Order: sequence, then C-alpha cells, then structure tokens
Amino acid sequence: MNSPNGSPITDHRSPPLSPLGYPTNLLAGEQTFESVNETIGSIVLQDRQPRPWWIGFTIAFVLLMILLFAVSWLLVRGVGIWGINIPVAWGFAIVNFVWWIGIAHAGTFISAILLLMFQHWRTAINRFSEAMTLFAIACAGMFPLLHLGRPWVFFWLFPYPDTMKLWPQFRSPLVWDVFAVGTYFTVSLLFWYLGLVPDLATVRDRARKNWQKKFYGVLALGWRNSAAHWQRHQIAYLLLAGLATPLVLSVHSVVSLDFAVAQLPGWHSTIFPPYFVAGAIYSGFAMVLTIVIPVRKIYRLENLITMRHFNNMANVMLVTGLIVAYGYFIEAFMSWYSGDIFDQYMMTNRAFGPYGWIFWALMFFNVLVPQALWSAHIRRNLVALFLVALSINLGMWVERFVIVITSLHRDFVPSSWGMFFPTIWDWATLFGSIGLFLTLLFLFIRFLPMISISESREMVAEPQKAITA
Amino acid sequence: MKMENLFGLAAEFESHVDLLRAAEKAHAQGYRKMDAYAPFPVDGLAEALGKHNRVPLMVLLGGIIGGAGAYYMQWYANLVSYPINIGGRPMHSWPAFIPITFELTVLCAALTAFFGSLATSGLPKPYHPMFNLRQFERASQDRFFLCIEARDAAFDSSRTHEFLQTLAPLQIAEVPK
Repeated sequence: MNSPNGSPITDHRSPPLSPLGYPTNLLAGEQTFESVNETIGSIVLQDRQPRPWWIGFTIAFVLLMILLFAVSWLLVRGVGIWGINIPVAWGFAIVNFVWWIGIAHAGTFISAILLLMFQHWRTAINRFSEAMTLFAIACAGMFPLLHLGRPWVFFWLFPYPDTMKLWPQFRSPLVWDVFAVGTYFTVSLLFWYLGLVPDLATVRDRARKNWQKKFYGVLALGWRNSAAHWQRHQIAYLLLAGLATPLVLSVHSVVSLDFAVAQLPGWHSTIFPPYFVAGAIYSGFAMVLTIVIPVRKIYRLENLITMRHFNNMANVMLVTGLIVAYGYFIEAFMSWYSGDIFDQYMMTNRAFGPYGWIFWALMFFNVLVPQALWSAHIRRNLVALFLVALSINLGMWVERFVIVITSLHRDFVPSSWGMFFPTIWDWATLFGSIGLFLTLLFLFIRFLPMISISESREMVAEPQKAITA
Repeated sequence: MKMENLFGLAAEFESHVDLLRAAEKAHAQGYRKMDAYAPFPVDGLAEALGKHNRVPLMVLLGGIIGGAGAYYMQWYANLVSYPINIGGRPMHSWPAFIPITFELTVLCAALTAFFGSLATSGLPKPYHPMFNLRQFERASQDRFFLCIEARDAAFDSSRTHEFLQTLAPLQIAEVPK
C-alpha cells in the first residue's frame, strides 16, 4: 500500500471479501486523491456535456413546459379541469403528492440513517440521492398547493396573526402535513448544502475559468478546509443526520395519517404509518437506481459506484418490498377479520370492482416482479435491475392510485358512489412534474459535484474505513 | 517579509498522518494561534490543535426552543386566542399537538446546526490571508498545511521557521496578510 498522492492504494487483484462473500472495497480500481478529484470535478468544470445529457435535458425541458402550460390553464379555469369530483375529490393531485414524497425518502435514508450506522458505502450515492430528495419534495409540495383550488392564498396554512383572527386547525393531520413537508424540505436542503460546501471549495480551486471561480467561490462561502471548519462541519453534519432520521420516519407517517385518521374504509387502518414508511424507502431506492444506472454509464463512474452499491440497494428494496407486501396482506386480512361489512366490501371492490385490474397490476409490479431480487444474478445485472426498479416506480404510483381512488369511489352509501376518470390535464400535470424533477436533476449533474469528493478522498486516505463498513 | 505584513508561516505536508503529528508537536511547543488545513476531515486534528466546539450545545438549545415554542403556539391558539370545540374533544387535546411540536423541534435544531456551524467557523468569509498562498488551492485537493499565525504570543519568524523545519515538511512558506 503506497501513499494516496500518486501511487495505488487499493489492491485491485484480491479485493477483501465480506462474510457474505462480496467484495468490500468501495472504490474500485486504483484510486488516488487526484483521480477522485478529476473524475468527479471534471464533470462540472468541462465545457461539453455528453450527448445523452443533452437528449435527456431536452426531453425533461419539454415535459417541464407541458407542466407550466397545464398549471397555467389550471390557474385560469380552476380544479374543474381535472377529473376530480364528489365522491372522488382527491384525484391525481394526492396520488402524485404521496408518490413524490415517497420517492423523496430514499435520499435522507441513504444520507442520514446509513451515515449513523457507519455504512460508508453510501458515499458514492448519498449526494445524488439527497439532490433527488430535494427535487422530489419540490414536485410533491406543488400538488397539494395546486389542489387547494386557490393556491395564491396558500399562506393561510401557516399560523400567523392574521386579520381574520383565525388559526390553522392544529388537530388536523392536513395541517401536520404542512409542517412535516416544510420541515423535511428545509432540513434536506440544509443537509445537502452543508455536505456540498467542501466540494464546492474543491471545484472553486480547480476551476480555471473566471466565471467558474466566481460562481463556485460564492457558493463555497470561503471554505478553507481548516481543522476548525471540519470539526464544526462534521458535528453539524452528524447532528443533522441524527435529526433527519426520526424526521424521515415522521414525514410519511404524517402523510399516512391524512388517510388513517379519516373514517373511510380502506383508509382507516393502523398499519398505515409503518407500511407507508417502508413503501417510501422502497420507491425511493427504486428511483435512485432508475437514475444512477444510466448516469454511471454515461459519466463512466464505474470506479466510484461499484457493483456492491447495486447489490446493497437491491437488498434494501427486497426487504422494504416484503414489508410493503405484508402491508397489503394485513389490509386484506383485517378487512375480513374486522367483520365490518363496509370494510369487507371495500376489499372485494378493490380487487374485483371496476378498478380491479389496477389492483392486480399493483400486485404484479410491486409484489411479484421485485421477487426477482432474490437472485444474485439479477442484482448484479444492471439491465434487469433497471427494469425491476422501473416496475417498482410504476407499482408505487399504482399503489397510491388504489388507496386514494378505490377507497373514495364507493363508501358507505351506494347512492353516493361514483367513478373517477383522469383528464388530459391530470396526465399533463403528472408527466409535467416528472419533467420538473428531471430538469432539476440534469442541471444538478451539470453544475454541482454529484458524488461527495471530500468523502471519496477520505476513503482513498483511509481504505480500512471502507473495508470495515 | 516585514512582521506587520506577515499573517503566518505555513508548512506543507504530504499526508494527514504527517499533519496530525505536526499539529500535536506544535501544540506541545506552546503554539496556540494556528490552524491546520486538510482536504478531508482528519480525526483528532482539531482536538490536537486545542479547538473547542460549541455547536452541539447550540443545537440542543435550538431544539428545546423550537419544541417549547411550537407547543406554546398550539396551546395559545386553541385555548386562549380562539377556543373552538371540535367534535367534543378536550380543548387541551395534547396528543394532537405532538406532531407539530416534533417537527418544529427538528426544524429549529437543524437551522441552529447549519447556521451555528457556519457562524462558529466564521463563514461566509470571502477573503482570508491563507488564500494568498499560491499552493493553498491544493488544500482542497491533495495537500495538507499547518499555519502558525504571527499573532501567536510564541511566534518569532526565525525560531518558528526553525521549529517547522524540524517537522520535515515538503516546504515552508510565508503567508502575507
């Protein structure tokens, strides 16, 4: 083993093995400080982006324009342009909200919980998934606001001494949501930016163009890599991780209480908080894989994001997927066991009613397909893993559709039953929000270091950390 | 270089192990106004230099203020400012106040952690004398620096230079103000 300043540090030929038999060295190949700086830093400093970046950005930008068009039309005409009505008043807006906020959970899970558990393999993917979290919360937050009907008075949700002398209803989960999602966005932003500051300083010092020096210089806040800076940075980062850990569990629990506190069959269930949290982590990891697999290929990051990362992420998806499947089972079991005819009818209607085919699609995408992850071959085959991740992304959206729409459309009184059919504007807003998410993600990849450079350097200097992880 | 134009003397090292050893020796030698620069957090480096860290206490206080403030806000709104009976629940229905109390505890603690760590590090700070050193841009990439500042009581440009020489650095440079 030689000095990290020039010569190789990790032995490429005989990687150390974990008790489960897969390689434990995180940084594949022979990495040095300079190779890590160059691999990650050059992506943001180089002038030209690879062709797939431009293709992807163009598609994302077109979808974003569709979103702006759909939202503008919504503001002109009101929520009547969507398919929502009574009894299904919570249509795509809430389905999309819950879907996006679920996707947002992997970022904090990877960054915070794995940091606290000394899982150093997270380094290669944490920055990326934190960015994903932020953008997914931005997409999520948009939907309840648009669903308000009069989004321009959204500030009525906040407690402030207003001239109407009213307060928000603090006993309502919908108000808890405002605080949970708002806090989650703010804490994720702080955590992400705090982690970025040392890397922005690295990019600043490597920049050769004047605008780059200024741009990254301002963002780096004058970071000098001093021991005092690092000391405070590290403790603040650790504390933010500690704070974000219960937060990430609370956010989707609060979202699930929006449903569980209601009396409606199909919503009124105590399994909701843990099952929503597991589903959130499940969909979040699926989204990380959906994005990391192509990005790793396009930017040739094979030495930083290794097969071990994919194996670990696939394992997390398998476990959370099984928890979600257990949630589905318990929902069905409890509706039968309760002896309540409304609950029993809800379950029958869910599986065999007019939306029954969507329920079986959910079982296929979210329960059946992910069982492929039991196979180590699938976990290491990136094309197969990508397809499984896509299936889970779709499956989790379908899950929220089943929960929101099939519960609402037939409640206690048959005379008030109805059907929900999405309009073109529902679809435009859904795909438009994917455009917003991807546009932000492409800009992030272009302008900010997508893997933590300082943590990667730490791994180069102290490879034993990677091995014990 | 004249004493009044000198910010300090910086020694450059090749690895974090050398830097940590140098910092310990400099502290043992009686130097206090100094700082070390490394491209990643080195365990024990700040402690070797005698740097204190008040961020955890600030975060604790921030969290307590956030949580107490949040509970007080809900209690005040629902019992004092605008009491309203909803579904016959007690006015002081404390379990319903817990989620927001929790969220605001986390929010205030996190804001304190972020701004507290920046403030105690003196950031944002666009200019610092260390940036005058040409090779200092490598502190964020692959080199390690120890800078003993001229304002230290034990600082003497020739004797400090001799002391730094004993640490076997790659090079020693004067840092202008």
